[in-house]
Amino acid sequence: MTAIDASNIAGGRHQRESKSRRVTLGLVLALVLASAAALTLGDFPVPPEEILRSLFSPLTGITNKGVDFIVLQVRVPRLFLALLSGAAFGLSGIIFQTLLRNPLASPDIIGIAHGASAAAVFCIIVLGWTGLAVSLGAFAGALLTAFAIYILAWRNGVTAYRVVLIGIGAAAMLSAVISYLFTRARLMEVQQAMAWLVGSLNAARPGDSVVFAITLVITLPLLVMLVRGLDGLELGDDTAHALGTRVEQTRLGLLVTGVALAAFATAAVGPVGFVAFVSGPIARRLTGGAGRGIPQAALVGALVMLVSDLLAQHALPNMQLPTGVVTGGFGAVFLLWLLVVSGRSGRVN
Amino acid sequence: MTQNHQLMAAGLHLGYADREIVSDLNLNVPAGKLTVIVGANACGKSTLLRGLARLLTPTKGAAYLDGKPIHQMPTREVATLLGVLPQSPIAPDAITVADLVGRGRYPHQGWFRRWTPEDDAAVAEALGATDMGELADRPVDELSGGQRQRVWIAMALAQQTDLLLLDEPTTFLDINHQVEVLDLLTDLVKERGRTVVVVLHDLNLACRYADHIVAMKSGKIVTEGRPVDVMTEEVVREVFVMNSRIVVDPISDTPMIVPIGRHHVEKAVA
Repeated sequence: MTAIDASNIAGGRHQRESKSRRVTLGLVLALVLASAAALTLGDFPVPPEEILRSLFSPLTGITNKGVDFIVLQVRVPRLFLALLSGAAFGLSGIIFQTLLRNPLASPDIIGIAHGASAAAVFCIIVLGWTGLAVSLGAFAGALLTAFAIYILAWRNGVTAYRVVLIGIGAAAMLSAVISYLFTRARLMEVQQAMAWLVGSLNAARPGDSVVFAITLVITLPLLVMLVRGLDGLELGDDTAHALGTRVEQTRLGLLVTGVALAAFATAAVGPVGFVAFVSGPIARRLTGGAGRGIPQAALVGALVMLVSDLLAQHALPNMQLPTGVVTGGFGAVFLLWLLVVSGRSGRVN
Repeated sequence: MTQNHQLMAAGLHLGYADREIVSDLNLNVPAGKLTVIVGANACGKSTLLRGLARLLTPTKGAAYLDGKPIHQMPTREVATLLGVLPQSPIAPDAITVADLVGRGRYPHQGWFRRWTPEDDAAVAEALGATDMGELADRPVDELSGGQRQRVWIAMALAQQTDLLLLDEPTTFLDINHQVEVLDLLTDLVKERGRTVVVVLHDLNLACRYADHIVAMKSGKIVTEGRPVDVMTEEVVREVFVMNSRIVVDPISDTPMIVPIGRHHVEKAVA
């Protein structure tokens, strides 16, 4: 036995904490820059001082109708929606990936997003719904799918492995349902459904962000309460139990929170691919084992969403892409990189 | 350092789905002693340990901690009294040694009470006891199997519980590391009066280190007591279905089991 000075341990811990803080700060800075770009760029260029004036116009009373409409009714709602949905995707992704101990287990891979999509396509093609009704349908679809996966995976408790396998099966089945619905639909409806499926922020309205912000306000305290349980659950069910974690309750609570976040985000912007999938691994790589990387994953998600949306709007001259196309391209590159890196070092995350 | 907490099982039945593995088992874990559970593969020794540690809910009967059914007690409260090292814990990617050992402090921290100097001291002590201090800031996935095992033991030590249950903590370890781990557990018992229960595969090390040995077969206890009193050739034959000769361990004067197979039996077997 050798005696170890507790101050060394405290020092190492402070170092890890300060690294995690530096990463957070860097991400917040990047977000501020990207947000500034999102407000300034566009067909109708608005100089920074005009943006600031417009943002504070409700307080100062100095208005300019045309500019205020562009900034407050178009760009700010779009920016907020990108930030909130990105953060929600990021959080939901890292919750699933940590809980199921598998980087592939994000909600856009294990069927939750497919459930939302299938429901949305059903609402558009069979019921002829549009707008908010489709979003609500997608939300219900995500919850229903998650519930079905959980029930099917249940056998004296739920194991991570079974959730992933059943989730992937559910994803395949729901994709088949979407294809079937397409074969029965008229071309117009298919076009409308496809636009929803790719995912886009084009339809951002001021009200969306408010609804979204309320959801986050409800889910975040729940998350803060449950997230400490992940410390144990990460080490395996037996170890978690041994450390005094209420395994089933904590896991169920986290799954419900993760599903709710993914469902709300998907209902708001469509199943924008890969944001949930990439945020966790990127956040973990940045923090390098210093902390769980959960707040960082939310920030990475928001950043990926915002930058992808900027690229989608402004990368090609005279042409706007759906946001989902950019995140899809980005996600594919990231997946390849992850495979190359993990092939080399023998680990996946 | 701690007052002794009492762990026992009465009429304990354990099983998975419709398969009963441990049936009607009674056991009194002697306080302040090192108890070793031995038995052939699939005899239910790991299941018994999981039942004692409330990781598995009994189908009938119960394990009792200080007279209360352990699986009905608040799990956080149990975690401050009883530590468990299960058979295959999972280390998250890229986690550092100190961080992982720190997870052992979980039951002592509430939502509002986070890290304290006391937690740092517990981690430091656990790392010192397992000789892992030098590696505190290294990622766990860069360590060797033996070092990794010691990190997990350190995590259980950081929990600072009076009772410690370990499921085959010497698997994957070289003989020198096996001895090191058992020496460490003996230190805990002798110097700090902890109560330790270990499932072990190596009979001779079990006989040498155990204050109390429990031999199991088909979910039942065949015999229990001091190794020198209970480990006989008949017991080994019954528990492991194998002939053996028992000699005296030249180092510790404890029973040493010399197995008799079909080959290499040069001297006549009586």
